[in-house]
Amino acid sequence: MLTRLLCLIALLFIGATSVLAMPSQTQAFDDPVMEKRYQSLIKELRCPKCQNQNLADSNSQIAVDLRNEVYDMLNQGKADMEITSYMVDRYGEFVLYRPKVNQLTYILWFGPAVILFIGVVIVVIAARRKAASKKELSLSAEQQQQLDEILKEKD
Amino acid sequence: MGKVIRFLPLIVFIALGAVLYRGLFLKPQELPSALVGEPVPAFSLPSLKNADTVLTPADLSGDIVLLNVWATWCPSCRYEHPYLLDLAKSGQVSLYGLNYKDERQAALKWLDDLGDPYLLNVFDEAGRLGLDLGVYAAPETFVIDHHGIIRKRFAGPVDAKVWQQEFASLVKTIRQEQARGE
Repeated sequence: MLTRLLCLIALLFIGATSVLAMPSQTQAFDDPVMEKRYQSLIKELRCPKCQNQNLADSNSQIAVDLRNEVYDMLNQGKADMEITSYMVDRYGEFVLYRPKVNQLTYILWFGPAVILFIGVVIVVIAARRKAASKKELSLSAEQQQQLDEILKEKD
Repeated sequence: MGKVIRFLPLIVFIALGAVLYRGLFLKPQELPSALVGEPVPAFSLPSLKNADTVLTPADLSGDIVLLNVWATWCPSCRYEHPYLLDLAKSGQVSLYGLNYKDERQAALKWLDDLGDPYLLNVFDEAGRLGLDLGVYAAPETFVIDHHGIIRKRFAGPVDAKVWQQEFASLVKTIRQEQARGE
């Protein structure tokens, strides 16, 4: 009984959040290609007001306005590049979820690779040191021969 | 070399700690405007008080122009309004309003009821100029220098403390530039 109740509550929550996450209004296109471009553009562009959402997810007034702007520009036959640079001119690089590669964003683009490289270097150095210390412990050919002779004498 | 490697985890930990600690005090919601250093975007929009008068950037005249984006639907605008009245009286800047995505009657009533600090108000009903300025919410305030170049954009309500922290030194700098004839 209790599990049922919990399931019901959980379902209610899922229902509520999915309603909240829906943008209040979406645009319709006759052309499926345009529709696809529209959808990908509003997913690539960040809402300037609610900064962890893209234009597609946000319900804020500015996101609605910017979605309409994207819609209008697409209908005017503007290229995707033109639309994104229009947004960047007004709201800065920030509106792009995938920022351009430039001096400001080098650390974003290459930071993880650099950290991975450093990690690999450390692991390699550590492994080599371990191997080297093992080598020091092992006997030279001459020592091995001596050891063999001693052992033989014992027998 | 061996010692460095032994202390590497500590060094990494301290560096990461420093970066994250600094992150606690950053304000990512305060976006710099893409328009700082650019001229005011071209517009021709009606005046709020007189629907037949068309305003253009040339109408925002004055040594130092403060363009305040406001609307009657914006609670923070009501909060900052008394300070704007003081600011207009002080005569430090020429204060203009951009009535953003609002209704004309409501906006006029607001100015009647609360007082009108603005020299002029641009009536941006559709939010076109707001979009060109990169406005994402009201209130926002732009500082425009004597060459018509945007020098600062501030998002959020302005009060005496904010004025001291954010605007006072910039206004002084622009005054000095003017005095040097730059």
